[in-house]
Amino acid sequence: MKIIIIHSIVLLLSIALCSATTIIVDPAGKTKTITAGIRQASTGDTVRVTAGTYREGNIIISKSLVLQGEGKPVVDGEFKTEIFTIDARHVTITGFVIRNSGMSSVKDLAGIGSIGMDFITIRRNEFINTFFGVHLANSNYSVVEQNTFRGELRGEIETGNGIHLWQCSNSAIRDNYIAGHRDGIYFEFVTRSVVNGNVSENNHRYGLHFMFSHDDEYHDNTFRNNGAGVAVMYTRNVKMINNIFEKNWGNSAYGLLLKDINDSEVSHNRFVQNTIGIYMEGTSRTTFVRNLFQRNGYAIRLQASCDSNDFRENNFMSNTFDMATNGTLVLNTIDKNYWDKYEGYDLNRDGIGDVPFRPVNLYAMIVERVPTAVLLWRSFLVFLIDRAERVFPAVTPENLKDNYPSMKAYDLHPTT
Amino acid sequence: MTRVIKYVFYDILRTRFILLYTLFLLLCTIAMFQLDSDTGKVILSLMNIVLMVVPLISIVFSTIHFYNSYEFIELMLAQPVDRKVIFLGEYFAVAFSLSLSILAGVGIPMMLYGADASGFTLLYAGVMLTLVFVSLAFLSSVLTRDKAKAIGVALLFWFYFSLIYDGLLLWITYTFMDYPLERLTLTLISFNPIDMARILMLLQLDISALMGFTGAFYKNFFGSSTGMIFSTAVLFAWIVMPVVIAARVFNRKDL
Amino acid sequence: MISIQQLRKNFGRLQALKGIDVEFRSGKSYAMIGPNGSGKTTLIKSILGMVIPTSGEILVDGENIRHHWSYREKIGYMPQIGQFPDNMRIGQLLDMIRNIRQHPPAVDEELVEAFQLNAMLDKRMHTLSGGTRQKVSAALAFLFSPPVLFLDEPTSGLDPLSVEILKEKIVHEKERGKLIVITSHILSDLDELTTDVVYMHEGTVKYNNSLETLKEVTGEQKLGKAIANLMRSVSAQHPRIHKSHEKLNTIVL
Repeated sequence: MKIIIIHSIVLLLSIALCSATTIIVDPAGKTKTITAGIRQASTGDTVRVTAGTYREGNIIISKSLVLQGEGKPVVDGEFKTEIFTIDARHVTITGFVIRNSGMSSVKDLAGIGSIGMDFITIRRNEFINTFFGVHLANSNYSVVEQNTFRGELRGEIETGNGIHLWQCSNSAIRDNYIAGHRDGIYFEFVTRSVVNGNVSENNHRYGLHFMFSHDDEYHDNTFRNNGAGVAVMYTRNVKMINNIFEKNWGNSAYGLLLKDINDSEVSHNRFVQNTIGIYMEGTSRTTFVRNLFQRNGYAIRLQASCDSNDFRENNFMSNTFDMATNGTLVLNTIDKNYWDKYEGYDLNRDGIGDVPFRPVNLYAMIVERVPTAVLLWRSFLVFLIDRAERVFPAVTPENLKDNYPSMKAYDLHPTT
Repeated sequence: MTRVIKYVFYDILRTRFILLYTLFLLLCTIAMFQLDSDTGKVILSLMNIVLMVVPLISIVFSTIHFYNSYEFIELMLAQPVDRKVIFLGEYFAVAFSLSLSILAGVGIPMMLYGADASGFTLLYAGVMLTLVFVSLAFLSSVLTRDKAKAIGVALLFWFYFSLIYDGLLLWITYTFMDYPLERLTLTLISFNPIDMARILMLLQLDISALMGFTGAFYKNFFGSSTGMIFSTAVLFAWIVMPVVIAARVFNRKDL
Repeated sequence: MISIQQLRKNFGRLQALKGIDVEFRSGKSYAMIGPNGSGKTTLIKSILGMVIPTSGEILVDGENIRHHWSYREKIGYMPQIGQFPDNMRIGQLLDMIRNIRQHPPAVDEELVEAFQLNAMLDKRMHTLSGGTRQKVSAALAFLFSPPVLFLDEPTSGLDPLSVEILKEKIVHEKERGKLIVITSHILSDLDELTTDVVYMHEGTVKYNNSLETLKEVTGEQKLGKAIANLMRSVSAQHPRIHKSHEKLNTIVL
């Protein structure tokens, strides 16, 4: 897939360098508008747009060409229309400031929108106050990279998603910065695609919203302080590697929400300071390896509908509660993790604690029922209650335990 | 006032108890830092000392000290010195020396091993709790002439605030869990200085869990600096009120 | 001059002082006498502000002492049992008191020298014998040459030599025109030291007049005997005890 993307870029570059002509759009020059520039261009040409503010309503790109901004030209939709609509394959848009798209409850008006066109590249643009930033539907082999999206003016209902892909495949979303949108990145029915190196923060709902999107991979992203964190739902075979999920705070905010996920991998991620690090239901055959859970309210909330998952070699540090569950039957393996709350011993010095660790805390179960009771956490009373439960487990699930708790924290250098 | 404070302070230093207390805190803190490389975990263990041991030591030591100072107080009363000055002088000297113990015993190792904001909050909570419990000790001391009774009252204060009160609170939240209890619990919690100091620490250590609350009330409270300001204000009230009441009682007391 | 008007003090249900009116004038030296529990110490402590009266006024040089403290500059007090911080050395104690009194009119170290306290400045208070503590206590009371002196059982526990030194000092101060109030059970001492007698009984002042008058009325030459007479007549006033000593009754207040 990567090869295909590179090929497409090389192809575009070679077209631009070899055969194409360049049309210059300049407010003071001969061709004053982008629309006029596109009209003059033929397939494979480059339209170079110089600095200035262009207010042309909806700009439709119906030819395969490169639209290149020089000195950050501003394209303003004046809150009325979609700004760029791509209606051709092999279109590249780069170097623009795209702002103030129209807003509609019926149509998904975007900074750049396209339906059914492949090989679209959107690179190094600044999207300011667009309803949707990039909106691609039925589009394959597209690249969205190094753009910034800032939705500054609008509230949750009046804003769309930063990067929205619907029914796409083999796409790459990388190194973008998205803030202030409803969902930072939205994937629905997107397959065999990669999301990497993005920073998605302060969005109203999810940093990344991911549904029915099989065989995808997202790695090295940062999702921070989004209304509800990251949601990955109804998907199989997705790889989530080396991401940072942090400061997703709120009563239904998760670092990562997994719902009906199968055969996937969650590894080398860092879950820091989330109300819930990972909330999972209906998840099975997924491995959680070498993740760091630090200073979360709950590191993991494992609903009883999950089975055959494997938690291995994760570090659990300074979380308020390490694990919570709503059932007593546990069908998952939780072995060889490091738990900073572990107080056992290691007589044979093999680095594995000799007594199992029970990550579900009685008081966590009380807080589950009476959330207000969290205010008494770390009091002497709760300490005594917890001690008693550890000695005579009565309420906490008997078989939810780490049989081989590591005595030492794993050295989890981010993989590069 | 400063002269009275100075003499009481010298007197406290001479008993060597303060020295032992400082040493105890110092050894505990250093030992914890040695045993565990994770600063967060050390802070957590230290928090238990600060929330349990510091109030206990503060209230018992201050009560005993007050009774042992009767001679000094009587001597001073025959001199042209205001009663309030004598009483507050005693208070400040005791509060100052116990606070100094914490700052030295816990603060110095923290500086050496390096500590983050939660470390400083802990130190702050420790000093505030010291002041509160010295206040309570002075109150229980002026309420009765009997030393054993006063120590009993002091211990009761400690036991009540560190265990019984929380038990009642838990019982209330559990019994009335179907009702919106946010404001009530927060109000009730502010009637316990140890809980208040604990909340200060929770704001540092467990903010992620606290932010998981349903009510916008909690979110506003914990999410902004309001929580910090509120708990500090409440702790201040806990310091000032007992000592003011005690000073008034002392002012009318026959010696 | 100290003037006490209608002074009452209750400790719970116990009435320690039942409306006392008395005046202590400068230049006079008073023997305050009465059985145990008659309210002598309570009266002195009330004047010093250590006991807060239930009602009534105390004026020192015409100024009401309620809520005041600076008047204590004028008073030297030697308590019945000198209580001192155990860990302090004599020297530190003297320094401290000097330090606390911001503007002493003059420092009078006569007693410090006479008791040879200078030789033991390094001794801690808790190592001292009862007598030595009394010496320290006396030295402190006289240290700032105050115009008023309250001496509560000043000679108890002192060795004969020190008693003489102290008595000489009291006489000397009396001659310098100071107001001195002494309570003591050793009446022979008071005979030499005082000019007036205040006799207290069950929280009231039963007699307040000059020593001369008392002796004249009772026909006794010794204070001890005169007082014994007085006590008998006061007891006789009690309804259940038969009346006698008509002559004395006339002078009892």
